[in-house]
Amino acid sequence: MFYSPFIRKPISVSQIMLRVMLALIPAIGAYLYYFGPIILVSLTLASITAVATEAAMLKLRNRPVAPFLQDNSALLTAWLIALSIPALAPWWLVVVGTAFAIVIAKQLYGGLGNNPFNPAMIAYAVLIISFPTHMTHWLTPAMLIHADLGFAGQLAYMFGNVLPQNMTLDAFTMATPLDTLKTQLHLGTAISSIFGQPIFGGLAGQGSEMVAVGFLVGGVYLWATRIITWHLPVAYLGSLFVIAGIFHLIDPAHYAPPLFHLFSGAAMLGAFFILTDPVTSPTTHKGKLIFAAGAALLTYLIRVFGGFPDGMAFATLLMNICVPLIDLYTQPKVFGKKEQAR
Amino acid sequence: MISALLVMAGIAIVLGAVLGFAAIKFRVEGNPLVDKIDAVLPQTQCGQCGFPGCKPYATAIAAEEADINCCPPGGEEGIRKLAELLNKEFKPFGDNAKPKPKAVAYIDENTCIGCTLCIQACPVDAIVGAAKQMHTIIAADCTGCELCLAPCPVDCIAMNPIEETLSVWKWKYPVYALSPTP
Amino acid sequence: MTQLYHFHGGVHPPTHKALSVRSPIATPPLPSKLVIPFHQHVGSMAKPLVQAGDYVFKGQLIGMPEDGLSSAIHASTSGTIAEIGMQVVAHASGLPDLCATLIPDGKEAWVVREQRNPITLPIDEIRHILRLAGIVGLGGAVFPSDAKLRGGKHHVRTIVLNGAECEPYITCDDMLMRQRARDIVRGGDIIRRVLGADEVLIGIEDNKPQAIAMMQEACVDRSSMRVIAVPTLYPGGGAKQLIRVLTGIEVAAGVRSTDKGVQCFNVATAYSIYRAVAFSEPLLSRIVTVTGNVHKPQNFEVLIGTPVDELVAWAGGKPDTTHHIMGGPMMGVPLPNDQVSVVKACNCIIAASDALFPPAPPAMPCIRCTRCAEVCPQELQPQDLYWFAKSKNFGKAQEFHLFDCIECGACSYVCPSHIPLVQYYRFAKSEIWARDNDKKAADQARERHEFREYRIEREKQEKADKLAAKEKAALAAKPAASDDAQQKIQAALAVAKQQAVTPKNVSDLTPQQQAEIADIEARRANNQARAQSDAGT
Ligand code: SF4
Ligand code: SF4
Ligand code: SF4
Ligand code: SF4
Repeated sequence: MFYSPFIRKPISVSQIMLRVMLALIPAIGAYLYYFGPIILVSLTLASITAVATEAAMLKLRNRPVAPFLQDNSALLTAWLIALSIPALAPWWLVVVGTAFAIVIAKQLYGGLGNNPFNPAMIAYAVLIISFPTHMTHWLTPAMLIHADLGFAGQLAYMFGNVLPQNMTLDAFTMATPLDTLKTQLHLGTAISSIFGQPIFGGLAGQGSEMVAVGFLVGGVYLWATRIITWHLPVAYLGSLFVIAGIFHLIDPAHYAPPLFHLFSGAAMLGAFFILTDPVTSPTTHKGKLIFAAGAALLTYLIRVFGGFPDGMAFATLLMNICVPLIDLYTQPKVFGKKEQAR
Repeated sequence: MISALLVMAGIAIVLGAVLGFAAIKFRVEGNPLVDKIDAVLPQTQCGQCGFPGCKPYATAIAAEEADINCCPPGGEEGIRKLAELLNKEFKPFGDNAKPKPKAVAYIDENTCIGCTLCIQACPVDAIVGAAKQMHTIIAADCTGCELCLAPCPVDCIAMNPIEETLSVWKWKYPVYALSPTP
Repeated sequence: MTQLYHFHGGVHPPTHKALSVRSPIATPPLPSKLVIPFHQHVGSMAKPLVQAGDYVFKGQLIGMPEDGLSSAIHASTSGTIAEIGMQVVAHASGLPDLCATLIPDGKEAWVVREQRNPITLPIDEIRHILRLAGIVGLGGAVFPSDAKLRGGKHHVRTIVLNGAECEPYITCDDMLMRQRARDIVRGGDIIRRVLGADEVLIGIEDNKPQAIAMMQEACVDRSSMRVIAVPTLYPGGGAKQLIRVLTGIEVAAGVRSTDKGVQCFNVATAYSIYRAVAFSEPLLSRIVTVTGNVHKPQNFEVLIGTPVDELVAWAGGKPDTTHHIMGGPMMGVPLPNDQVSVVKACNCIIAASDALFPPAPPAMPCIRCTRCAEVCPQELQPQDLYWFAKSKNFGKAQEFHLFDCIECGACSYVCPSHIPLVQYYRFAKSEIWARDNDKKAADQARERHEFREYRIEREKQEKADKLAAKEKAALAAKPAASDDAQQKIQAALAVAKQQAVTPKNVSDLTPQQQAEIADIEARRANNQARAQSDAGT
């Protein structure tokens, strides 16, 4: 027997996940334009791994496979992983990262809805700790490239670890703008002269800044279609902007301007696609603001003062731990039980 | 270094003293644990636990002389509550103690000879009647302990399980079609 | 333009209201039988006054309200009582309840009625009339109206007449306002007079322009009464939400709205109040929307007790109907079978089919997306409540305000995981109530048991005392052979004790003196009682 309500809004988890994946398309487009088609390979690879491991885990856990596979959440995780690690990574890096995310970070905690940590960020964190060198070989954008490997060559490197003669990795990969900034600052170069280097564009890194713009566009689409609320992205980007702005104002020679921070690294991806993962973020409005602001602060601290090139992943994971506490302390007042302003 | 240690030790001693003092000063009279356990027990007063009522059983539990899985009327829920209260592991019922649905006693008034034996057995004074007069049960006060069954010389008391009526009906736990295993 | 407030959340389900407003309210023929439950209201069941075989007139009282919160039950038409017995009633449980089965004789012979003037009738009498007329809230809550008209310690400033009707499919209030606006307004007058309120605000959702126009026309000559169009938003017709929208006042769960200076009545209730007071017509019928999987969706003026299958047949029920729903699709209850009868709470019967209401897709785990919290009009966190109810952590659920939930279903409606959230809340609530009752029963048993122990102890003590006294008496009665001073004292004491039982000073008085003493005693008792009751309040 069914009980009321007998009608439901035509919306489902799988549709939501699909819409989020749709919102990643602009960024993927920018990726294709600036860095070539190899990203499609790693996206596919991650997707296949995610679906396969998810299905296997569901079987092992004696859960119905079909409805959970149809919810598309594994696919979304796969895409996020592929987009947050270097596209020209060896194939096993993608596979290991995705499998770890699905098996350990998601299914072992009870599957969809029960994982305390963002699976994609767990994958990123595990990979950067275990394989730090592989994680720093980012593709050089098309306009800066010296020697083109070609798609076939990229595939050969990815799956066979073979490079053409007289070519080194450095010919077509480079460190990220964040990384470059950090090393150069260490060497005592001033911000203004660092930014004069060709890898830096108008906002942040050449090419990668446009991918970030792609994420921004997708994020705005998500907000406009009410898949996400404004709280998390606005609080995250706003806080990051303010914190970076303060440091930049105090010492412009050593601290990058705020816009650089917003458009480099995983900031945009994180603001719209990682923090907004409902399972691992707070449920209350106030909680969301606190969560995102905390993540922004941690991101900045790790980026500027920490040892890792980007702080997004660790900031997210650290804040994930705090979610139950944040939720508990930000419970809103219910109808009729607040001070009435009338 | 030494001074720091001393300071820490000093703080620890002072705090300990304060705690000890508070424990003496604010000690609750009586044995609140027994009352707390008693509050969790169903008060059927049936003696199935092997004690002459719920309070004695509570006292025995508090003194660690009885296990927490001896009260069938409380059901598994009751054991769970006791386990939580006493910080113990949940323990299922043994073989000889099985909970059954709650019931009320009913006296067949045509057979009753008015011997007053059941009145004396009832732990909650839920039977009214006088010598040589027919007896009857105040259903609202009957706890369903079955203690009145045995003394009756003409076996005129029956236990009627409480039927589900509109006023005691409960919504059921929603069934989850998706997950065969929780 | 009055200022409107808004409440948090809300949803916009498709309304499907146009279906059933195409033709006016119809009166169906008399059904073959009427099954009238004795418990159709909040409070205790009415006491049956008739027996099988009795002839009853239309409007005759057949169920007397018990003391306290209760309401009366009447014969909806004239005829013979065939049976008083347990029958399945329109309730989600599908359990039987006490009902009278009435076979109509087709004469519609009324009991004696009188016309009254509601303006001059004493207020107490109006409440009495409503109680005996069986008037209850017709919006679905079926709370006895006389109790709602009792007012509280606070002055009720505003009466809210609820014509919002936010549930999809239902149009009974809409049609009533279109066709009988004048009587509704007169009912509003009575309510205002009884509660001594300053103003009456009639809230109607803006998707019912015709009803708004008719109501506006009906109360144009009343300065204290205003029709206010409120935005269409489910559950804007919930009493708490409508009060909030119209007055800005939030009535929390467990708080009486009169304590906040407002009281809310459904428009249909206002109509019945007027009919009962002015024409002594008890609540024998109500407007019911019959819609859904039927050929001719329409509103009917239905006698209480009409079997649902006969009612649906008049609207042309389609054969592929799977079951019927009482109420709307958001908060309605599925009926256990088609033979149950229309009760006072029944504002709508929806014939359901799989095409109209496809079965829910399997529920997925909660992804904490907070869509439910975004729409919850009570500003709860449904995903947390769900979690606690599911894990049977009832204490926590209550801490998170489970009992503030009005079961509007908005959360389940939007949940992308298709979790039957409200179902979990209903389960948790009834489980908590049951436990409270168990606890009360256990406390009572403990008290009785302790008293019994005490009594046995006392009897033992008394027996021992008596025994001791006897021995002593025997001892004292013995001739005092030995001149033991000790024994003399003992004997004297015993004598004194016995004498103390009957004090001498009042043993031989004149009748007059005795009367005076009795008088004084009475006065003293009186004073004591008054002091106690003063302390009590
Ligand atoms: S078994 Fe009977 S007497 Fe013992 S605690 Fe339970 S209800 Fe009380
Ligand atoms: S009447 Fe019988 S069953 Fe009921 S409480 Fe008394 S002794 Fe127990
Ligand atoms: S709408 Fe459903 S899935 Fe989303 S938080 Fe609420 S209960 Fe969970
Ligand atoms: S059913 Fe309860 S929890 Fe759900 S939206 Fe309505 S009031 Fe909120």
